[in-house]
Amino acid sequence: MLLCAWTAGIGLCVLAAAIVIYMGYRGVQYLRPGLLLERPAISTSQSQTGGILDPLIGTLLLTVIGIALAVPLAVSSAIWIAEYGHGGRVRQTLARVVESSIEIVAGTPDIVLALFGLAVFQLSLFAPLSFRSEGGGVYGRSFIAAGAMMSLIALPPLFTATRDGLQAVPVHMREAAFALGKTRIATIRRVLLPSVRSNIATGVTLGVSRIIGDTAIVLLLLGETLHIETQGPAPVLSLLRGTGSTLTSYVYDNSPAGEGAAPQKAYAAAFVLLLFVLGLNLLVDRIGRSKSLTSVI
Amino acid sequence: MLKALRDPWPDNRAERTLGAVALLVGVGVIAMIVFVAARAWPVFAHNGLSWLGSGGSLETQIANMQATSVNPPATAFHLRAWPLVYGTLLSTGIAVVLGMAIAVLSSIFIVELAPARLRKIAIPVIRLLASVPSVIYGLIGVLVLVPFVGNHLVTAAQKASVQNYVELTGAGLGVTVVILTVMITPIMIALICEALMAAPSTWREGAVALGLNPLRAVLAVTLRAVRPAIVAAAVLAGARALGEAVMIQMVSGGRSFTPNLSHGLGTFFYEPLRTLASAIVDYHEGIGAPALRSTLYAFAALLLFSALVLSVAGYLIKLPLRKYQVRA
Repeated sequence: MLLCAWTAGIGLCVLAAAIVIYMGYRGVQYLRPGLLLERPAISTSQSQTGGILDPLIGTLLLTVIGIALAVPLAVSSAIWIAEYGHGGRVRQTLARVVESSIEIVAGTPDIVLALFGLAVFQLSLFAPLSFRSEGGGVYGRSFIAAGAMMSLIALPPLFTATRDGLQAVPVHMREAAFALGKTRIATIRRVLLPSVRSNIATGVTLGVSRIIGDTAIVLLLLGETLHIETQGPAPVLSLLRGTGSTLTSYVYDNSPAGEGAAPQKAYAAAFVLLLFVLGLNLLVDRIGRSKSLTSVI
Repeated sequence: MLKALRDPWPDNRAERTLGAVALLVGVGVIAMIVFVAARAWPVFAHNGLSWLGSGGSLETQIANMQATSVNPPATAFHLRAWPLVYGTLLSTGIAVVLGMAIAVLSSIFIVELAPARLRKIAIPVIRLLASVPSVIYGLIGVLVLVPFVGNHLVTAAQKASVQNYVELTGAGLGVTVVILTVMITPIMIALICEALMAAPSTWREGAVALGLNPLRAVLAVTLRAVRPAIVAAAVLAGARALGEAVMIQMVSGGRSFTPNLSHGLGTFFYEPLRTLASAIVDYHEGIGAPALRSTLYAFAALLLFSALVLSVAGYLIKLPLRKYQVRA
């Protein structure tokens, strides 16, 4: 028993080290700095398939959209539930509904979220937000569509981090603020939010690492185009309505499971992705003074 | 505009705004359930629950759907999804059982056995394993494990024994289960460690005072006390495994085959399979055909329903732990 426990514990550490070292070895083997600045190209020869600039931009853009949508939603919900969710029966019920629905999102597989996104953005109401075919058919695929679903993925960790932070703020801080004549919302803005800043930062980091690691939503909602394709004349909107790819979908497409068989490029992109994930993990360690393990799931 | 933001906000308006945003989230989630269920409805209306049963080749049935027009006749919805349900249950079940054994052992290691220095390494390692994107696991699977299994482990005799049904390439149940286990074990470890740390240490100390050695005390007292948390961890990790789509699509061989134990245990683990989630990834490009679209949403509805049931189950199983103030 003792031996088994030691083996299991050490084994996991060795496994993690093996994954990082193997990906690092492949990354160093196939990743040239120029690859990061070249656009991908179509070719039958792996050396001619270009770099990963477009997927890199796609990942960054999608992360920005997802976090920009998720932060207001998650932080407002967390404030409302922690600070206003206790007064009265109706409010308690509503707060419970919101909390459970966020738990439902946390448990929903990303592929289901992706199909939901497809259903929503194919509605004619949202047609202006997504890519259109030549004949005017609505595909429901765009950076907006994928970003909106990504915000749902980032929502649960952000919400939990903020809510737990608010609940950990001692009551006397609020009482002191009220005693000084501050209103509730002023207390929240001037006292509570500043004191949960690091919790929100942890939540954002966890959200970002979810978003950059997700593949299913990108495959279904971003169109998996080789280059970032814009749609329409308006400068920013055309990009948001356009399609593209991310590092994850690039890895998927270039692996033997996708169409393009360029495993060297897949390894290089996967290595870049892994570096991002490692960096975000270090960041969580730095910001989050609490070393809670459950924050990752 | 900016001035309005900087000025003090009226209290009740602020509350209403925050409440509205929170309710928006709730409404969005209800909309998700409604949308997925509504789009899946025709499938269940035409097939009933025998949709979950077996019969015929799934590939042919889906090809028939793709061939139908914009207004598909009722017969176009014909599908028997058993191979996918079986593949999902099989891969999830084996991965959860394997993962549970590893997770319990490693949790004991992390909480009780590891010297402080090693524990400092182990916790970030678990966190890292949990946050590696599934596509990287899939890539390692398809470029390293699958060729290894296909070239070195599958014997010619095994290939010959099932050559009438299926070709053994290495991609299949074995590789899927191994990677799935690696992916869900960190989740279980996190939940079990949390419970072990929160269990009252006085109980264990009492057991030690009665003469048990420290490890025995953990096994006999602490582990027993957190049993519900262990089951709940398995259930929640199972929910995660059910929904894994991309990794499984990469390493499972992508054929609606039902691995069969009667082909021999070794062969069984090399046989390909397909799960509900990986089928969605596989067929999403044909989503323009209405019958196939409903079918894919039906897969999603089944996954959503299972995930819901499992998370409620996880919550209920953990309820008894509340009395020890374990907030896991």
